Amino acid sequence: MSDQSKLYEVFVRSRRGLDHKHVGSLHADDPEQALEYARDVYTRRGEGVSLWVVAAGDITASQESDCDSFYDPLDDKPYRHAAMYDLPEGIDSL
Amino acid sequence: MSDKVVSMPNEERFQARIDAEEKIEPKDWMPEKYRQNLIRQISQHAHSEVIGEQPEGNWITRAPSLERKAILLAKVQDEAGHGLYLYAAAETLGITREELIERLHTGASKYASIFNYPSLTWADVGAIGWLVDSAAIVNQVSLQNTSYGPYARAMVRICKEESFHQRQGYNIMMTLMQGNEQQRAMAQDALNRWWWPSLMMFGPHDGESAHSAQSMKWKIKRRSNDDLRQQYVDQAVQQALAIGLEVPDPDLVWNESRGHYDFGEIDWAEFERVINGNGPCNRQRLAHHVKAHEEGAWVREAMAAYDAKRGKPTVDVA
Amino acid sequence: MTANDSLLTYCLRLGDDALILGHRLSEWTSRAPFLEEDIALTNVALDFIGRARLFYQYAAELQGGDATEDTFAYTRDVRDFTNLLICELPRGDFAFTIARQFLYDSYVLLFMEQLKASKDTRLAAIGAKAEKESTYHVRRGREWMLRLGGGTEESHAKLQRAVDDLWGYTDEIFEVDTVTAGLIADGVAVDPTLLREEWLATVSRVMAEADLSQPSPGWSVEGGRRGIHTDDLGFLLAELQFMQRAYPGLQW
Repeated sequence: MSDQSKLYEVFVRSRRGLDHKHVGSLHADDPEQALEYARDVYTRRGEGVSLWVVAAGDITASQESDCDSFYDPLDDKPYRHAAMYDLPEGIDSL
Repeated sequence: MSDKVVSMPNEERFQARIDAEEKIEPKDWMPEKYRQNLIRQISQHAHSEVIGEQPEGNWITRAPSLERKAILLAKVQDEAGHGLYLYAAAETLGITREELIERLHTGASKYASIFNYPSLTWADVGAIGWLVDSAAIVNQVSLQNTSYGPYARAMVRICKEESFHQRQGYNIMMTLMQGNEQQRAMAQDALNRWWWPSLMMFGPHDGESAHSAQSMKWKIKRRSNDDLRQQYVDQAVQQALAIGLEVPDPDLVWNESRGHYDFGEIDWAEFERVINGNGPCNRQRLAHHVKAHEEGAWVREAMAAYDAKRGKPTVDVA
Repeated sequence: MTANDSLLTYCLRLGDDALILGHRLSEWTSRAPFLEEDIALTNVALDFIGRARLFYQYAAELQGGDATEDTFAYTRDVRDFTNLLICELPRGDFAFTIARQFLYDSYVLLFMEQLKASKDTRLAAIGAKAEKESTYHVRRGREWMLRLGGGTEESHAKLQRAVDDLWGYTDEIFEVDTVTAGLIADGVAVDPTLLREEWLATVSRVMAEADLSQPSPGWSVEGGRRGIHTDDLGFLLAELQFMQRAYPGLQW
């Protein structure tokens, strides 16, 4: 970690078949170093079978100010959820 | 979140979110005082982990068996890891690690006073792992529900990893108590020296705590100092008795009606003395960290220079 | 010397290398240039301490009686330790540690790849485990060599100096004496002389990449395998063995 070192976000796949999950971040000067430190810092107890590191600056994130326009319009579409539809008695594999 | 909450002014909306047990995340609006309060608490916590490497780290090269040596290395390494998780959590609040370390070195930022006591014998490694880590964990478990998301997540991870710390410490004490007279005396002496400092780890009484009320309202802190201290005492006393150790507190007595142990008053003058820099090892602990940081400066510069030469501009995005 | 004695001697040599180097690495904990590296160096130290334990555990079985892994680590004096000198040199600065690890790990990786094929199944198992660890150590070491070599003038100078100061200790790595010769003939031990060319090619290539000049082979020190050490080992053991010496024969 130097004064100008980058922040990297670390993602670990804990088992084959699962998604990579964000576990934390660390400092490194290049992606290879970030990957090795991710191994040393975030898999000390064998927590992973695969690692991703992403420079934090390369992530584009939605802002709090986006919330109203991004997510609220999705709250009024109950027809996307199976629970809205009643089934007749005796039908259970639909 | 309901429409009503969204249309509120920032401050009210922030508090409503906290009252509803929702987490605050890095990109959310937050009061400047909340941000500063968090930076203070998280960085103090991070510094404690990192300075905490030293008293036990002293014994890595002197551990009495290869197994103990490996365990201690892994344990002290975890402290470094926890410091790292916490620095990363603090950085999401818009401060860099360099700035945090600078604050540690200038004394602007504190660390847990208990690490200003020396680790004189091997039993101290046991006592630190058992008592200091137990006390830390009591506090940290409550912080898994803290209102700031990155801090809460770091706590979850830390708590998961730390359960082995207290067990290995207790196991050292237990082994000593099963040993000869000299070993039992060593264990008792360590408990005598670490008991009161471990109670001090929870900070001043609730009424005296400078940051408590606001921190509770913002759910940065979830339980009061005295409440956490009581839980720790109840656990630790029972553990001490189970292996034949005597707790160095003449006022300690089980209170049937409260369902808790009553215990004696902490020597607050000593608490103040150590916090204000007059513990046995304050100077050494800080000097050790400053020295390592300064001796590493050329390495950090070399990394930056190497990266720059390879044509990948480095940008501080923390 | 019986075959069993030779094997015991061989295990102790390999155990001593791992313990003493692991001990030096463990001195870095809380002293590394930054936190990520503190954690990474401790991982490497743990690998070496773990490796030492495996060799000593096997040695304890070969010796029989009450011997345990700790017997060898904590109750022998300087003259009984048979580690390579390069492993015991004081930790020095970060450049010295990186250079030592790179020179030594590059050899150990080749060594473990061969030990994996030993006719002795216990040694073969240790070799297979250690090979994986060393693959990672060499990867780390190479990148650090490039970073420090290609970083600033200061880092380049420190690294060059470290390599120069270490070079004369690398001859010893490839020595074969009567103990090893017998075990090599039996297909148990690795013949280090066969690894030298590849080792030199690897380290020379990386040194060139790191813009370092190859040290001149004008000096060479040996003695570790015969228990002739630098003064530093005695101090290291005084610290390592303090508890067992001050309170002999107790369980901790």
